Amino acid sequence: MDIILDNIGLYRDGLLMTLRICLYAAIGSMALGTAIAMFRVSPIPPLRGMGTAWVTVFRNCPLTVVLFFCAFGLPELGINGSYLWFGITGLVLYTSAFVCEAVRSGINAVPTGQAEAARAVGLSFTQSLRDVVLPQAVRSVVPPLGSVIIAMIKNSAIVGAFGVGGELFSVQARLTSAQGLDLIPVLLGVAAGYLIITIPAGLALGMIERRVAVAR
Amino acid sequence: MPWKSVLRAGVAMAALALAATACGQPQDLGGGASAPPVAQGVQFQPGTTMARLAGAHTIRIGTKFDQPLFGQQSLSGSLTGFDTEIGRIVAGALGITPDKIQWVEAPSAQREELIKQGKVDLVVATYTINDNRRQQVSFAGPYYVAGQSLMVKSDNNTVTGADSLRGTKARVCSVQGSTPAENIRKYIDPAQLTVFDVYSKCADALRTGQVDVVTTDNVILLGFVADSNGAFKLAGDTFTKEPYGIGVTKGDVAFCTFINDTLTQAAKSGSYSTAWKTTAGKVATQTPELPASDSCS
Repeated sequence: MDIILDNIGLYRDGLLMTLRICLYAAIGSMALGTAIAMFRVSPIPPLRGMGTAWVTVFRNCPLTVVLFFCAFGLPELGINGSYLWFGITGLVLYTSAFVCEAVRSGINAVPTGQAEAARAVGLSFTQSLRDVVLPQAVRSVVPPLGSVIIAMIKNSAIVGAFGVGGELFSVQARLTSAQGLDLIPVLLGVAAGYLIITIPAGLALGMIERRVAVAR
Repeated sequence: MPWKSVLRAGVAMAALALAATACGQPQDLGGGASAPPVAQGVQFQPGTTMARLAGAHTIRIGTKFDQPLFGQQSLSGSLTGFDTEIGRIVAGALGITPDKIQWVEAPSAQREELIKQGKVDLVVATYTINDNRRQQVSFAGPYYVAGQSLMVKSDNNTVTGADSLRGTKARVCSVQGSTPAENIRKYIDPAQLTVFDVYSKCADALRTGQVDVVTTDNVILLGFVADSNGAFKLAGDTFTKEPYGIGVTKGDVAFCTFINDTLTQAAKSGSYSTAWKTTAGKVATQTPELPASDSCS
């Protein structure tokens, strides 16, 4: 316990860094994932194909590989930037595939009659998706989307191996191998840090779920 | 159908894999770069480690197998490096020829255990002497003083040393949780530091221009400089001191003193500087002087 309290500043900085990474990555992956989901349900075959290819690539590659391409492949192509943004980019690409599938399952859960009725009253594809289908899809999307985002928060520990200094998991290496402290208490502190982020995130999701729930 | 050849290839690969995993076992790996003098008809006081080893005509030496310039095993199995040469010098003083040395791989984390369990007679493996380790083993030497240094691209002339890092806003790379990464924090702002899990990633980031400087012990950096075909160079002097010692069983003062005397002799006869020039000296510009020995205890 003393080990954690003595280094509470380091843990706090790590927690804030991880929060920052996760916030950007969550916003980015939800926006991108929803867009890809629209591609996948659109009536235009090339867009559907692109969406399917995207999900196939990023859902089936290990996150480490995706991050490797972001952190070492992009500079090879002459794209230089901070490792923080490379890491966030990798997380967004990877998570967007899972977000896409969660959103698509929600869209598919809306009875076909709804979309047909929307088209019958003369709404365009975009209008019917935006105003009729997606608002209903959100209800069934919240629980699986929540799981995806919580998984992403935990996955963010991996960006520490790709040049992003100071995130929560990297606190472990600084305290154990550099300062020679015992591994287990240090890791318990790291675990507590992740729980501080994930448990409130789960509670918030439960609240959102209850708020959007409508008896059908 | 070439099933048989497929099978044969499989068996061959299994055998290869077995051979590759057989590290940690004593191996006879002759064929070194130089031939340090081998003493003839040496006599030692009975009961000492020297007498035992000279009588057995063999010695087990722990060293790194993957440290360029200090102890690296080639694909053919032979070991080259400064540590290896120091091991051959000590063996030679005991009257043991290089082909009678049994080399044992001694990764950083296993060095104390190898000595304490008696699996090796001595360890020469970029082994920094410090007080924590002195609790467990005795050190002869130091035979070389390494230190933290900086590696930059060959065309970088703005970084001249650790003190120049803050002014030039250089982006510095090191390994997460390593002592060099903690040391360098004194010289830079937190935002300047990038950390990876291994140094090869830092070297790659330096090559692609993602960072400007890689920092760790000069001997590790020298290995990367050697492999870079002139793309990288060291900048400035070392700014920490890492004395490399030869680990022996704790309390074996006679053996420790013998090794120190052997090193002094080697420095006088020139075999110490020959050992350097044929290994690390191919990349490093200066040939070091043998540092003054610590007292054996």
